[in-house]
Amino acid sequence: MSDQARNHFVSEFERCSASFAGSGTPWIERMRTLALEQFAASGFPSPREEEWKYTNVEPITRHRFEVPSRTRAGITAEQVAALAFGEDCLEHLLVFVDGYYLPSLSKLGTLSGGAVIASLGEVLAREPWRVEPFLVGGAAATPFAALNTAFAAEGAFIHLPQGVAIEAPIHLLYLTATAEAVTHPLTLVIAEQGARVAVIEHHSGANGTSYFTNAATRVVVGANASVEHYKLQQEGDSAVHVAAIQVRQERDSRYCSHSLALGGALARTDINASLNDTGCECTLNGLYVAGGDQLLDHHTRIEHARPHGISRELYRGILDGRARGVFAGRVIVHKKAQKTDAYLANHNLLLSPQAEVDTKPQLEIYADDVKCGHGMTVGQLDENMLFYLRSRGIPRDLASALLTYAFVHDVIGRIKLAPLRTRIEDIVLQRLPEGRLIREHA
Amino acid sequence: MISPLLSIRGLQVRVADKQILRGIDLDVGAGEVHAIMGPNGSGKSTLAQVLAGRESFEVTAGEVLYRGRNLLAMPAEERARAGIFLAFQYPVEIPGVSNVYLLKAAFNALRKHRGLPPLDAMDFLKLVREKGKLVEMGEELLYRAVNEGFSGGEKKRNEILQMVVLEPKLAILDETDSGLDIDALRVVANGVNAMRSPERTMILVTHYQRLLDYVVPDRVHVLLQGRIVRSAGQELALELEQRGYGWVESELAEQPRAT
Repeated sequence: MSDQARNHFVSEFERCSASFAGSGTPWIERMRTLALEQFAASGFPSPREEEWKYTNVEPITRHRFEVPSRTRAGITAEQVAALAFGEDCLEHLLVFVDGYYLPSLSKLGTLSGGAVIASLGEVLAREPWRVEPFLVGGAAATPFAALNTAFAAEGAFIHLPQGVAIEAPIHLLYLTATAEAVTHPLTLVIAEQGARVAVIEHHSGANGTSYFTNAATRVVVGANASVEHYKLQQEGDSAVHVAAIQVRQERDSRYCSHSLALGGALARTDINASLNDTGCECTLNGLYVAGGDQLLDHHTRIEHARPHGISRELYRGILDGRARGVFAGRVIVHKKAQKTDAYLANHNLLLSPQAEVDTKPQLEIYADDVKCGHGMTVGQLDENMLFYLRSRGIPRDLASALLTYAFVHDVIGRIKLAPLRTRIEDIVLQRLPEGRLIREHA
Repeated sequence: MISPLLSIRGLQVRVADKQILRGIDLDVGAGEVHAIMGPNGSGKSTLAQVLAGRESFEVTAGEVLYRGRNLLAMPAEERARAGIFLAFQYPVEIPGVSNVYLLKAAFNALRKHRGLPPLDAMDFLKLVREKGKLVEMGEELLYRAVNEGFSGGEKKRNEILQMVVLEPKLAILDETDSGLDIDALRVVANGVNAMRSPERTMILVTHYQRLLDYVVPDRVHVLLQGRIVRSAGQELALELEQRGYGWVESELAEQPRAT
């Protein structure tokens, strides 16, 4: 079964890799071939593997997802506007449909200081030297990441030279509109020393259409640089979404991620952050809201390699219906990483007796002078709180919605971009039974 | 005689398989202030919570009429809308819900029930500021999460603030005086006295006589082992303060049991 799926992707590669942007450039072809070999050697992971124990990717193997030869969908500017976040986030907007960059729907604002925001496909085709140092070398962390490297022909390239700040957030909108399509968007964010940028990596697609997004993101945060990374997973309800985020932090850098998992039938996000030098700060915030038969999985790994690093991780999830949540958070403090200050928390609210969550914190500490802790909870709505609200005349359904929303309120509150925060509030309220009542009473 | 606002007959309540109330009979008339006193574990808080609609407490016998209606058949939110308010002994912390949101949602739920349009944010804030003065509560507490990180005194004041904003017909104060220093007690007592009116009935559940120095009740009842064993005027509270509950207990032991 899995072999068939593997073979399908290998033959897809043979069918279309010649048309990928950058093909003909030797290092790109080599990189793709090596990655495909890595994927072909492993195939898709099975639940027998520890890292995939709770998430069976078998739904991928039931389809024959194809790389679209072009986008057939007529996405309109109105549809894009509905997914955008208003004036404040419109300065830099890159729109991709079915894996193809659509300049007509995109907008690239003026940049100074040599900063680059570009379609990765255009860079691979015309100026591959720009991305070579960030793409070459090292095996991919998962079979999916390898598959992404083999197929990655489009995505975004964001490069900030030393000391450059891009004030307006960059919105990358990856849409899938074609049934049975697979896309492999690759996002590169390179912030050199002292640079600063905020990126919204936004994945969306139509409901009722099965498709597969296999995304990868590589972030390099140079010395004293700062990257704010919002990943909004708002895929259609029949989609499979897999994402691998790789973060490399240099001295005194700050990386802050918000992984907001709302859509998809099956979605898995891996975030691996390496704090490679002293004084790094890494913040991972996460929110997952799942209902029906959804499965939303996060695997995170923070590696403290050098002293005086700070990491803060908070993931909160709401699970309704027969939904499943998975959270595996790993923090590794290497021997040299003295004075590390790490805290990892995951809290889950189960709204139905059929909903399930598997949560697994792992702290691996090899240094002896560190401050590390974790906290995990799985619970239901608190009867005392419900009674308190009802005793004030608030009906049960509104009281439940209020408490459910309140459960994730702090994670949403950490979203610094106000228009995005408001959007997430709206989406979460829409998803909650009686959520609209909360707004009406506000 | 006009029928009382609240009439409790033979109320028996079990909590987690333990019989707590063993037959309560109590009438409280409109506009009256009653104090229910008793030692720890006598069932005072159980009675207060059952009246407010706590469902995990199982009523095994008896009935409660509130303004002629079968109170026990009403869910908690309906009782609140019908004018019942419980000031909790241990106010619940609700992270993520702001105090002002709760107040406004509760206030407008009542208005909706009465067929009135909701008060808008500005008018509501004006009202809350005005009422807040009465309980000497800092405005910053309005914007904090409900009771989260509040001191004991702040939590109790917050209960009184909710009471003065919601203007109930029957207010049940469950040990609102417990754990308060003398200043906070005075604030709470002022709030209670300001609310006292022929339109409003109050049941003060208390362990100590101290609150009754400020709020003079019409009737005092002693609750012991799940029954009301004594009812009298204010002088009973003073007697309890001087002689302790042991006096009632031993006097009761000398009497033959009714059941």
